[in-house]
Amino acid sequence: MAEKINITINDKPYKVDDGLTIMQAADHCGYHIPRLCYHPELSIEGACRVCIVQVEGVKNFVASCCYPASDGMKVYTNTKELRQARRDIVELLLDNHPEDCHTCERDGNCELQRLAYAMGIRKMHFSGERKHYEIDISSPSVVRDPEKCILCGRCVRMCQEIQGINAIGYAHRGFNTVVTPAYNMPFGESVCSHCGQCINVCPTAAFTETNYTQELFEKLNDKSFTTVVQIAPAVRAAIGEAFDLELGRNMEHETAAALRRLGFDYVFDTQFSADLTIMEEGSEFLERFQSGGKLPMITSCCPAWINTLEIFYPDMLANVSTCKSPMSMMSNIVKTFFAQKKKLDPEKIYSVAVMPCTAKKCESVRPEHYIKGLRSTDIVITTRELAWMIKSAGIDFVNIKGEAFDKPLGMSSGAGTIFGVTGGVMEAALRTAYELYTGETLIEIELEETRGFKGIKEGIIEIDGKHLNIAVAHGLGNAHRLMDEVRKDPGKYHFIEIMACPGGCIGGGGQPYPCVNSEPLDEVCLGKRAEALYGNDRKNTIRRSHENPEIQRLYREFLQKPLSEKSHELLHTHYSPKEPKGIIHNQGVIKV
Amino acid sequence: MAYDTIITFCDGTRCMHTQGRALQAVLEQELERCQIKDRVKITLSGCLGMCDKGPIMVVNPGYTIYGNLQESDIPEIVAEHIVKGNPVSRLVIQEDHLYNRFFRIFGDAKFFGKQMRIALRNCGIIDPENIDDYLALNGYEALAKVLTEMSPTEVIAEVKKSGLRGRGGAGFPTGLKWQFTAEQEGPDKFVICNADEGDPGAFMDRSAIEGDPHTVLEGMAIAGYAIGAKKGVIYIRAEYPLAIDRLYKAINQARKYNLLGDNILEAGFDFDIEIRLGAGAFVCGEETALIHSIQGARGMPRPRPPYPSVSGLFGKPTLINNVETWANIPVIMLDGAEWFSTIGTEKSKGTKVFALAGKVVNTGLVEVPMGTTLRQIVYDIGGGIPGNKKLKAIQTGGPSGGCLPEDYLDTPVDYESLAAAGSIMGSGGMIVIDEASCMVDIAKFFLEFTQNESCGKCTPCREGTKRMYEILERITAGEGRDGDIEKLERLGNMIKKSSLCGLGQSAPNPVLSTIKNFREEYEEHIREKKCRAGVCKELIGYSVNDNCIGCGACKKACPVGAITGKTKSKHEIDAEKCIKCGMCIATCKFDAIIKA
Repeated sequence: MAEKINITINDKPYKVDDGLTIMQAADHCGYHIPRLCYHPELSIEGACRVCIVQVEGVKNFVASCCYPASDGMKVYTNTKELRQARRDIVELLLDNHPEDCHTCERDGNCELQRLAYAMGIRKMHFSGERKHYEIDISSPSVVRDPEKCILCGRCVRMCQEIQGINAIGYAHRGFNTVVTPAYNMPFGESVCSHCGQCINVCPTAAFTETNYTQELFEKLNDKSFTTVVQIAPAVRAAIGEAFDLELGRNMEHETAAALRRLGFDYVFDTQFSADLTIMEEGSEFLERFQSGGKLPMITSCCPAWINTLEIFYPDMLANVSTCKSPMSMMSNIVKTFFAQKKKLDPEKIYSVAVMPCTAKKCESVRPEHYIKGLRSTDIVITTRELAWMIKSAGIDFVNIKGEAFDKPLGMSSGAGTIFGVTGGVMEAALRTAYELYTGETLIEIELEETRGFKGIKEGIIEIDGKHLNIAVAHGLGNAHRLMDEVRKDPGKYHFIEIMACPGGCIGGGGQPYPCVNSEPLDEVCLGKRAEALYGNDRKNTIRRSHENPEIQRLYREFLQKPLSEKSHELLHTHYSPKEPKGIIHNQGVIKV
Repeated sequence: MAYDTIITFCDGTRCMHTQGRALQAVLEQELERCQIKDRVKITLSGCLGMCDKGPIMVVNPGYTIYGNLQESDIPEIVAEHIVKGNPVSRLVIQEDHLYNRFFRIFGDAKFFGKQMRIALRNCGIIDPENIDDYLALNGYEALAKVLTEMSPTEVIAEVKKSGLRGRGGAGFPTGLKWQFTAEQEGPDKFVICNADEGDPGAFMDRSAIEGDPHTVLEGMAIAGYAIGAKKGVIYIRAEYPLAIDRLYKAINQARKYNLLGDNILEAGFDFDIEIRLGAGAFVCGEETALIHSIQGARGMPRPRPPYPSVSGLFGKPTLINNVETWANIPVIMLDGAEWFSTIGTEKSKGTKVFALAGKVVNTGLVEVPMGTTLRQIVYDIGGGIPGNKKLKAIQTGGPSGGCLPEDYLDTPVDYESLAAAGSIMGSGGMIVIDEASCMVDIAKFFLEFTQNESCGKCTPCREGTKRMYEILERITAGEGRDGDIEKLERLGNMIKKSSLCGLGQSAPNPVLSTIKNFREEYEEHIREKKCRAGVCKELIGYSVNDNCIGCGACKKACPVGAITGKTKSKHEIDAEKCIKCGMCIATCKFDAIIKA
């Protein structure tokens, strides 16, 4: 137990744990000091100065986010002077921020807007010059709009501390300070992994996903196309938050119903193709394991991880499974198997994916995923974009009656469901691999080793007397640490799962905006989203991918068997080293 | 070899720029020609502080100082002075004050008139590129004494007892800082010399290093011993090439003499120093930003605590002191804290170096005991205001300092008194402002600097100083509005109290202090659209008075054809066309053009 100290806040005495900052102490005492740049999972920046308080005996205001509370301290959080200063600080941010709330992506969901309201800013006193920057739309996934940036630095810290990518940083000084990729290069050409975590932590709309909703509405109204949509596991676990529903409510069937009301002809489930991925990836692993192939094998479902791999780990390309992601597998099956079944022209199928992810947008434009000259996934929208479309189309999502997915690509096992949580792919793969290898059914189906939010999870699985060393990393920072370990000791692991976003896809960069009822990186929130998926797994009578009868049928009627020639053509891909400006592999030279 | 004459050239940056080295070459030729080369030794020194009179050459014995020299003067000096022994009086700097007096009595005496040189004790006297010169003047004796006779605790106690406070600006007690760092556990600690002097017009640190680099190294080594650090870093801005060059030379010489490196003076103490160059960002003078910069990151301050003494460079306990602070350390160790603490005032001990600049007769470096009044510095040492102008204000503390009006002339310079008067000590900038300067314009000038140099991290400084600057721009352009002064005060006070680091916390000072002391000038600008100093172009108009004889000179000089009039009759200025360049005033021989 921590020692207790006595402090007073606004002349009221409190006992709090020793070692807290003033802000943390105040949080425990029922105060919520206004804040902006602070984020509990990121380092303390102390930059916005919104959280200033007065401490008796200290001349200046202090930032409560970083100032330690000490015994006997007298803190004031709401004096007249402080209120005016705080108000003025937020006004200064507004003075240099576009006055376009009505037309802004984050209208109604913007921390700055809320803060301005809470500070009671009804009139501007200090307006002057405003910064002007071009919107950077060079990335297929993330739009950067520095005009809306208020320089809280959360994105920079996220990208640096949690993701270890350092795609963005500060440039220039004073009023000209801007968050930008190195050399002010276009975002799309930088080392950005497209994970979209910057969007999740941004209080304004300085980072948003590349928005495809208008294009999609147009296609939905174009009757010459058959529109097919798939939704990823993690979407159903979080979309309710965008409608102010409680955390962790599984909206699987409501989402399917809403998608039909939006006008989609077929509503499929990415969980089906997650099962398919397991068949291919599990088999690939066993093949490598048994025939001395390249190990450790690393999963390939996560597009932000694949981007990171190609930039930072070109020496490890051969370690990564050649399996396409469940999204791309689904789209390929839709434009081949499904098209044949339904006697549709693949060119007239519009394949849409709803993903918790921004990097999927980038994945969908990769030429490797084209099939006979056609894009397999025509458009990717995020959970956020779908939520907006549902609202925009006037669909009563909260009260809608749930509907099932369409067949045949809508049926899935519990293994496919848990893909959306860190460790889920590993767990699902082992459920199948165990049986493929031993011929016996895995009884202890829930693997404790792969669950939970520890940054790097490790475990040893015994298969037929052999020990399988596995590791699971989520968050690219953890992935970097794990990869460094593998570089040092290539024989340490056999099988590795990597997800770029903290928590896995449930914490994806395309999930509903935080700050109504959730916070990015918050383990309580992530835990509830995860539980929505684990609960679904438990409820499912089929919990192993290879037991999914529709998967079995797909192999019987079309693919023949895992790793068949047809599978390789449609479901596997390859990787190549990428050298964004500033990175040259193995040379330590900066290319400018 | 016996010399009967030693000629010393000031080799400070300013004198070098004014061809000091070329003079040296001419002198050598001339001595050669007169065949007296053998009996004359030529040496170089650091900055003498008489920067406005460069290039400077000193002839000893006799302490004759020649200034404003040209190459053509050299043969005469050689022929008359060196050969015949008669100083060339028209070239001798005749002023009877510190500059020559401290030469005559250096070494033994404690005082040189109003000036007292402790930090700069060797500047201008030794050859800064020769360690033997430094050694000859008790150099590294303090280090030897400390290593052989004192325990680390005793060293810290001595610094504490001396009352020395940080010369970088904030005035934190140096000994306490040392103690805090010494109290931290662990083998890895750092000593940093902050030589990131960034105030416009300030050159205290640069001159101190250029003139006497070894004292900084010695001070740092003593601190390394006291706090248990093996590594020192000097962070200096890259635009100080001469100072950097001398530091490198000094470090190499000290290593060669085993005064740096392993097992220094065989006392079992290891300490070495490396140099890191800064790119010239003002904010990197802030200690946490400086540390970030050394670590290779963007120079941005971070919130304190933890202070560098707990978690500094690479997360290790770090002691940061400014150049001038370091330069005091060897003196305190040799002459004792007791003696040191007799100098200065009750709370501010020792001396302070100022870069005296602006509208004052003698500009340059001065080192005075704490407690010397502004009047003594400006009039007794600085020689007063040139051109019979009236003093209007003294700006101390660099761009984040304040402007004190004439009434404050008897303010003693020490940390408390300057703060009480509404300014700060800062690192030692001192700019004298006369009646020809507009105080609003001055405030705008300083704010423009700090606003540009803001690192951009915290809101009040990044956004707030910009808004303050915009308001000042408006006022000086004749577009001031009622309420502008109040807005400046409101923003200024908020920025002072809310900013993350010292830059923001002090950036509004020039504005707030000029509002406090020269409010009527602001009001005139806003209400009467008038600039009494005639500086703010938008607020002044030119007109012709009855002195005009119609000579037409102004008409010819005017670049925009704004002046009309027949020859021999009074001319007129078209205010619409006039661009207020001042060419007409400069041309008129009859004081017929007035600016108001």
